[in-house]
Amino acid sequence: MATAFRNTSVLDRDPKLGGGGPIDITPPKRWGGDGDGNPQYRDRRRRYRLGMMIGMAAIIMFFVSLTSAYIVRQGIGNWDSRTGQYVTDWVPTKVPGILWVNTLLLLFSSVTMEMARRRTVERALTAQQFGIDGEQRPFPWLGITTVLGIGFIAGPALAWKELASQGVFISTNPSSSFFYVLTVSHGLHLLGGVLALLYASVTTVLARPLDTKAIVVDVTALYWHFMDGLWIYIFALLLIAK
Amino acid sequence: MGLVLLVVIWLITLISTYYFAIDKWAMLPLASAHGVAMDSWFHVTYIVVGVVFLAAQIGLGWVVWKSRDRGDGRPVSYSHGNTKMEVVWTALTAVIFIGLNLAGERIWAESRFQGAAPSAIKVEVTGLQFAWYFRYPGNDGRFARTKPELEDASVGNAVGIDDEDPAAKDDFVTGTLVLPVDRETELTLRSQDVIHSLFIPAMRFKQDAVPGLMIKMHFKPTQVGEYEIACAELCGLGHYKMHGMLKVVSQPDYERWLAQKEADKLASE
Amino acid sequence: MDAPSQAAAGAHAAHAHAAPTGFIRKYVFSLDHKVIGIQYYFLALLSVLVGMGLSLLMRIHLVWPQANIPWLGHIAPETYLTLLTMHGTFMVFFVLTLAPQGGFGNYFLPIQIGAADMAFPVLNMLSFWTTFVAFCVMLAAFFVEGGAPLHGWTGYAPLSALQSSGPGEGLGADLWIISIALFCAASLMGALNFITTTLDLRAKGMTLMRMPLTVWTWFVTAMLGLLAFGVLLAAGILLLLDRNVGTSFFVPSGLVLSGNLVKHKGGSPLLWQHLFWFFGHPEVYIAILPGMGVASQLLSTFSRKPIFGYRAMVYAVLAIGILGFLVWGHHMFISGMSPYSGFAFSILTMAIGVPSAIKTFNWLGTMWGGRIRFTTPMLFAIGFVSLFVSGGLSGPFLAQPQLDIQLHDTYFVVAHFHLIMGVAAIFGIFAATYYWFPKMFGRMMNETLGKAHFFFSFVGTYAIFMPMHYLGMAGHPRRYSQLTELGYLHNLMPLQKFISIVAFITIAAQFIFLFNLLWSLFKGKKAGMNPWQATTLEWTVPSPPPHDNFGGVVPVVNHGPYEYGVPGAASDFVMQTDPAGAAGAH
Repeated sequence: MATAFRNTSVLDRDPKLGGGGPIDITPPKRWGGDGDGNPQYRDRRRRYRLGMMIGMAAIIMFFVSLTSAYIVRQGIGNWDSRTGQYVTDWVPTKVPGILWVNTLLLLFSSVTMEMARRRTVERALTAQQFGIDGEQRPFPWLGITTVLGIGFIAGPALAWKELASQGVFISTNPSSSFFYVLTVSHGLHLLGGVLALLYASVTTVLARPLDTKAIVVDVTALYWHFMDGLWIYIFALLLIAK
Repeated sequence: MGLVLLVVIWLITLISTYYFAIDKWAMLPLASAHGVAMDSWFHVTYIVVGVVFLAAQIGLGWVVWKSRDRGDGRPVSYSHGNTKMEVVWTALTAVIFIGLNLAGERIWAESRFQGAAPSAIKVEVTGLQFAWYFRYPGNDGRFARTKPELEDASVGNAVGIDDEDPAAKDDFVTGTLVLPVDRETELTLRSQDVIHSLFIPAMRFKQDAVPGLMIKMHFKPTQVGEYEIACAELCGLGHYKMHGMLKVVSQPDYERWLAQKEADKLASE
Repeated sequence: MDAPSQAAAGAHAAHAHAAPTGFIRKYVFSLDHKVIGIQYYFLALLSVLVGMGLSLLMRIHLVWPQANIPWLGHIAPETYLTLLTMHGTFMVFFVLTLAPQGGFGNYFLPIQIGAADMAFPVLNMLSFWTTFVAFCVMLAAFFVEGGAPLHGWTGYAPLSALQSSGPGEGLGADLWIISIALFCAASLMGALNFITTTLDLRAKGMTLMRMPLTVWTWFVTAMLGLLAFGVLLAAGILLLLDRNVGTSFFVPSGLVLSGNLVKHKGGSPLLWQHLFWFFGHPEVYIAILPGMGVASQLLSTFSRKPIFGYRAMVYAVLAIGILGFLVWGHHMFISGMSPYSGFAFSILTMAIGVPSAIKTFNWLGTMWGGRIRFTTPMLFAIGFVSLFVSGGLSGPFLAQPQLDIQLHDTYFVVAHFHLIMGVAAIFGIFAATYYWFPKMFGRMMNETLGKAHFFFSFVGTYAIFMPMHYLGMAGHPRRYSQLTELGYLHNLMPLQKFISIVAFITIAAQFIFLFNLLWSLFKGKKAGMNPWQATTLEWTVPSPPPHDNFGGVVPVVNHGPYEYGVPGAASDFVMQTDPAGAAGAH
């Protein structure tokens, strides 16, 4: 008989199941763990990573919209009845030099973020296996990243100051409008990342399990690298698509 | 209950179809050239959609009644579907829908893909909150410059014509659009404030007037008469009363009217 | 595993699944997806009452413009436009995007896939409360100076971008944008949750192709929301800047408004339309897809037959989702957009009719040869199919730009989207309510009242919206606050009067539903675990379900979601968790 779905024998090992694994009569590990290396942590980590990547898709669409608005606005003209022609009013905004420094800062912070992530995840796994946190005084990769992140946010602030001193504000011309909108939007999103890092930093103080800290750092690292890539994209847009 | 549903669905279907068929609230009588193809395409679409509508709703009523639980414990015809049928009706639907669309595209192309003939009468239409103004270029065939700062209906210059432009001598503006029958007209639409839309139902004509753009559209009136113009894009509190009038007159009448208008313009200089 | 980490794991499990105590944690700031689902539902109910009230005032004003309404006095033309704007906004955002997805999706997605809760319960709670704040901000727009905006739910610039373009376009419009921006953020959070939950929290045996179609539609709807709401958020921010800070994204040069030169220069009103409709079109699919899922579920359950062509239904939903992103320009054929783009959008729009048709055929195929039980939920599901066909078939008219010339911005469009969204999608919500009420509240709704509600609504909404097609074809423009100025509208007044009268009756009939809902909450007949004899996972747990849904027992799924009438099975339905082999070779 024609079936609309494939024959799914219960003995199939189906990777498409969320967290499946070999079928047997013991309850699936997700629902409370049963003594094998804290699969709670594995499941939670996978879940939060997945959530973060999905969230990134939404953020990408936000910046895609701004990009398409940018490109359209750059190219369109308004009918000028005085001259009887379509006239565009796009005047490129010079990107302040400080943003180069900023970009390097962010790239470097991605490196420190990645170091922080690896260390923290390692420590969490060690703690699970041996029951202790191996590094009593870990290298403060997290702290450094946080500081670099805050430093990065200061960058555009300085850039805006420089533009303001030249008389270029958000409404001066369309390219400056986009400059502000893009840098502010990115800055706000990055601030979210900084707040997450601060939260990770205080998890120890708040006596949350190392697992939690590892997941927060792991997922924030994903977000951080994404913010880094996003910044490079925005920077390139402002520099090249003038 | 199944029977009740069948009756209700069939009644609704038949009554609606009846009113569609008798065209009780008909479109305004057609008065333009390109409208002929449009109206006939309406009919084609009516028939295709109408057949599908009748088939689907009557089918639904029938199925619902026929497949009711009669309480006799008979088994259902257990099935997860039929791939062959799926393929057939998918293909059929695709062919009908997309085919209908492709067949009718020619009509869109004819009115929109090409501009007006060079000999078309040119009128500039300006929409603003809440009136339409029509500017004729006069004998020189040129529209004079306008400036936003000169727009002032209270001094009779709603469109903002710059009198320093020599072409302004023979431009004149009216509140009524007057056109000769059987001649192509090119309208250039513009707006002074928000988006408006020039809608002349009898001409099967509609086009948004967008601030910042100069949009050219053309059509050819084919019947003498007076036709109402409505605004068809929400433009503020006066949207419902932003209407104008199109008067289609014979060629001699049109020339007489033009001459009169030119004379008036010169007299007022 | 040694003591500390085991304790940690155990503590975590206990923490995650322990039921909260205290009124605030249980009913206000709850992390339980069931409570949040109910909160969304009742917020949507409140919104629909607001939206319906606004439409009542609109229909009164159209046929009796000089009428004096108690408390409100005489409705001015600009007030009509405000009513219209807020009616659309409340209905599209706060009803059709909330109830099917936020309400029922939140409540039943985890249960139907065998999970204890959503992936991110805190995010879930946050998204509800953000939505609630958005609702309050939107309501506030009515009460500020100038009142609520009049620019339509579509908010076209420059009308929406210039504060002096009309009454209500000052602070009211700013609040409207802010509310929508908050709504976008909340929806994005919700979408993230739905997608992660569907991908990651399915129970053993619940493969993607065994998920109920309701889950599929919530999943695809969430994906649409994820990719679309960010665009609206961006557009809203740019509009807010144009209005308040002097940027010119959407406002071109040389405008003169009420005699004053406008300082903006260089922007594009069409840019707003592109951004808005890029969101706006997926939005309407967000409104209808869950209703389609519910229809599939109910038609199968109450015909006692499997859904006809499950796989095709899944592909159709995916196709609708993908194509939904490619057709936005069909709202803009007359806008001044390139006619060549019009051609492209037109073909894609007709293409989206194909998966919709497939679904309709499959619904008919599901019922054919079944043994239909005409319960109230089933009536609404059948009504959904009829209304979806009617609303959908005006699509081929509007999708062809050469016909759209005549029909754009007329009542024909109003008829189209009301039949599809304002009735079919609403019928989906009603159907879901009558179906799932027993599970959510442990009581049955009254069948007699339900059937009365159905017949009044079914006949009434057809009588309201079918005639609008005739109005549109006769050239009756939409968003006209008074019908006294345009000459050719005079013949259409009797039809408008008819529509208003039927609308009053139909609106009144909705109170049958409201009464039934509220009364049954307290006095309805107690419901068992599976009053409809349905197969999906929510019917394997008590009504209402315990805090962690499955009471600590982990469901294992062995069957597809619609195994009704299996030959050789012990009863006429096989639940998804029944032992393997209960459904013969399936």
